Amino acid sequence: MGNQLTGAEIVFKALNDHGVECIFGYPGGAVLPLYDEISKQKKIKHFLVRHEQGAGHAAEGYARSSGKPGVVLVTSGPGATNMVTALTDAYMDSVPLVCITGQVPTHLIGTDAFQECDTTGITRPCTKHNWLVKDVNNLAEVMHKAFDVAMSGRPGPVLIDIPKDIQFQKGIYKSADEVQTKIIRPKVKVETTGIEKAVELITKSKKPIIYSGGGVINAGKKAADALTEFTRVTNFPITSTLQGLGAFPGSDPQFLGMLGMHGTYEANNAMHECDLMINVGARFDDRITGRVDAFSPNSKKIHIDIDPSSINKIVKVDIAIVGDCLTVLTDVLTTLKNKHSKFCNSNKENISNWWQQINKWRQKKSLSYKFDEKLIMPQYAVERLYELTKNQDAFITTEVGQHQMWAAQFYKFNKPNRWMTSGGLGTMGYGLPAAIGTQVANPGKLVVDIAGEASILMNIQEMSTAVQYKLPIKIFILNNQWMGMVRQWQELLHEKNYSESYTEALPDFVKLAEAYGAIGIRASNPKELDEKINEMIEVDRPVIFDCMVKKDENCFPMIPSGKPHNEMILGPEDEEGITEEGKVLV
Amino acid sequence: MSKSAYEIDQNQKKIERYVVVAWVDNEAGVLARVSGLFSGRGYNIESLAVSEVDHDRKISRITIATLGTQAVVKQIQAQVLKLVPVHKVNIYPINDETIFRELALVKFLGEGKVLETAKQICIDNKCQFLDKTSKSFIVQALGRRTEIDDFIKKIKVLGQVSISRTGALAMKKGSETVKDNKGQVL
Ligand SMILES: Cc1ncc(C[n+]2csc(CCOP(=O)(O)OP(=O)(O)O)c2C)c(N)n1
Ligand SMILES: [Mg+2]
Repeated sequence: MGNQLTGAEIVFKALNDHGVECIFGYPGGAVLPLYDEISKQKKIKHFLVRHEQGAGHAAEGYARSSGKPGVVLVTSGPGATNMVTALTDAYMDSVPLVCITGQVPTHLIGTDAFQECDTTGITRPCTKHNWLVKDVNNLAEVMHKAFDVAMSGRPGPVLIDIPKDIQFQKGIYKSADEVQTKIIRPKVKVETTGIEKAVELITKSKKPIIYSGGGVINAGKKAADALTEFTRVTNFPITSTLQGLGAFPGSDPQFLGMLGMHGTYEANNAMHECDLMINVGARFDDRITGRVDAFSPNSKKIHIDIDPSSINKIVKVDIAIVGDCLTVLTDVLTTLKNKHSKFCNSNKENISNWWQQINKWRQKKSLSYKFDEKLIMPQYAVERLYELTKNQDAFITTEVGQHQMWAAQFYKFNKPNRWMTSGGLGTMGYGLPAAIGTQVANPGKLVVDIAGEASILMNIQEMSTAVQYKLPIKIFILNNQWMGMVRQWQELLHEKNYSESYTEALPDFVKLAEAYGAIGIRASNPKELDEKINEMIEVDRPVIFDCMVKKDENCFPMIPSGKPHNEMILGPEDEEGITEEGKVLV
Repeated sequence: MSKSAYEIDQNQKKIERYVVVAWVDNEAGVLARVSGLFSGRGYNIESLAVSEVDHDRKISRITIATLGTQAVVKQIQAQVLKLVPVHKVNIYPINDETIFRELALVKFLGEGKVLETAKQICIDNKCQFLDKTSKSFIVQALGRRTEIDDFIKKIKVLGQVSISRTGALAMKKGSETVKDNKGQVL
């Protein structure tokens, strides 16, 4: 038996074979053989985080900004349980992660050994698949399958639990080619008749809308290009989910802005009134649909999605096309050009009434806010950040709350993979570690985490990681001293009972930055904002920017839970009309 | 109003019994994956039967009886099919095109006349006697769920019973079979 490797060596050989360049991790007893291996090799760079959740979100940021899978390595027990939030986050937002956890030695499994937990049991519902490897000779195969499962179809996280004795034992390495991974897919064939029928609806529609989502981003840059071409060819209006931002250029006049709970008036009304809805890679999430039985009542619906279980899950559609967005959009475009060249040339005319209607909705200027001379309005802060960074291909991550929605509304994304936010799970504490991963994947680029003062404290320890690796991320805190989104709901839905949503004691963020060895900047009035933002951009070090904004601003427009799209609250003037029924929804 | 996807015909909203059959790799944790998916997504499990059916290919057949609307059952099928060790999932509505079987072991406790009456009920229901003493007997009842339910109802009123039941098994009538990706019969 010549070519025998230890389990730990097998893991790293497999990582190399899959082109992994960096991993995010944290050591512990059950992964020490793997950490021995890290120090023995040079190809893969390890980033030591300060909390395992940080490793998970960093890997997510890396994956979403690079299109490659993110890899994490953590120890058994608490290392694994600390990863659960990040795995769930990645599962909800379809982010490919490969998580390697250490486990107690096989003979101790089931004995409540020190730092033992049922990792595969705990993570079963929040991974696409997971494996407990009990035989070192299966390890290589499991590693290859893990990458295949994480990246194929609708991407997502996978976990490999490796007992410590298996990391030491010697076994045979098999290359990816020797392992049959393909048997697990595809289980569903793409329906081709759907394309013809879809094209027919497209050519006949008088009031169409394209509603695109994260699936387009996951399908790659070419899919985003295909979406853009499709939108141009048809001259259809297009709106996007939170996760889909950047697939179609946000500054293009055909773009109606984001839709959904905090979407624009024109996007939501167009969704409500359209006669044809083309959902490309989105999943009819409840933040998007509002009240489902009043959702876009008069439209035919086409749904393009790679995940068959997304079809008819929430909203029943007329035509479902299961497949990769790029393949399907390319087929649609070919059919349009070959069989309907007249349509391609004349469609501007066909739907001109519809565009007139949309422009009327646009006149409402639903994102407008009152500028203040003395106080920085949070919307203004994001607008200025956008204006001052728009020429440098910036990458934006966020935490969760009002600031996240303002970022989505006011920062315009013209390219895919530039926007990393926790949508499905809504994880406060996501943005800082995600910015770290994004910066690792994109050295030399500007990476900004648009944050809230409450969220940022959930993974603030990762500032230390940023400083250690000289990752010049910028943490741009819209500091309103409130858990603003919670305060907003309490104001609008809970009779202004502001229970526990104010943080009585906040750290001095400038000093905090300095304590970590980063730069702290504070702005508290609109006049100094531009200068300070420029200062932030200039420094080649991690920065915490404490942007003191108006404390009680609400995020509008808003469709309260349980309301249909055409019953939005546009501003403080029309806050009545929230029902008891709507209150119980989240 | 033009035709919309919301004009769902009432049939689709009707809650009915279906049997979900999944062919899976017989590996550690696979049953937990399938049953966990049911509980996690709030699907109902009325009964469950699982066993390896092909030792060489290491394939198990999981049969789950569930209650739901047609749309929910389709969603169950799509979700179960996403699990990595699952090869195929079929849905069988309860109708004449599919054979359904369940098995029950029933231990009856009683003496004298009561015991004799109970035995006669078992004979009438074509049960097979597996064990007999002067104070008890054990029978095996085989049939559709409702048949076994009826039988148990009849015998339960006569005395004390201890019951053990399997979940439903299902198989489509006729020569049609389900095949795996390589074309082998499952
Ligand atoms: C881990 C986690 N806990 C709780 C929540 C619920 N939550 C959503 S937004 C929010 C407040 C966020 O406050 P802040 O970060 O200051 O952002 P702001 O809304 O003020 O912009 C909370 C508590 C959450 N999304 N994530
Ligand atoms: Mg806040």
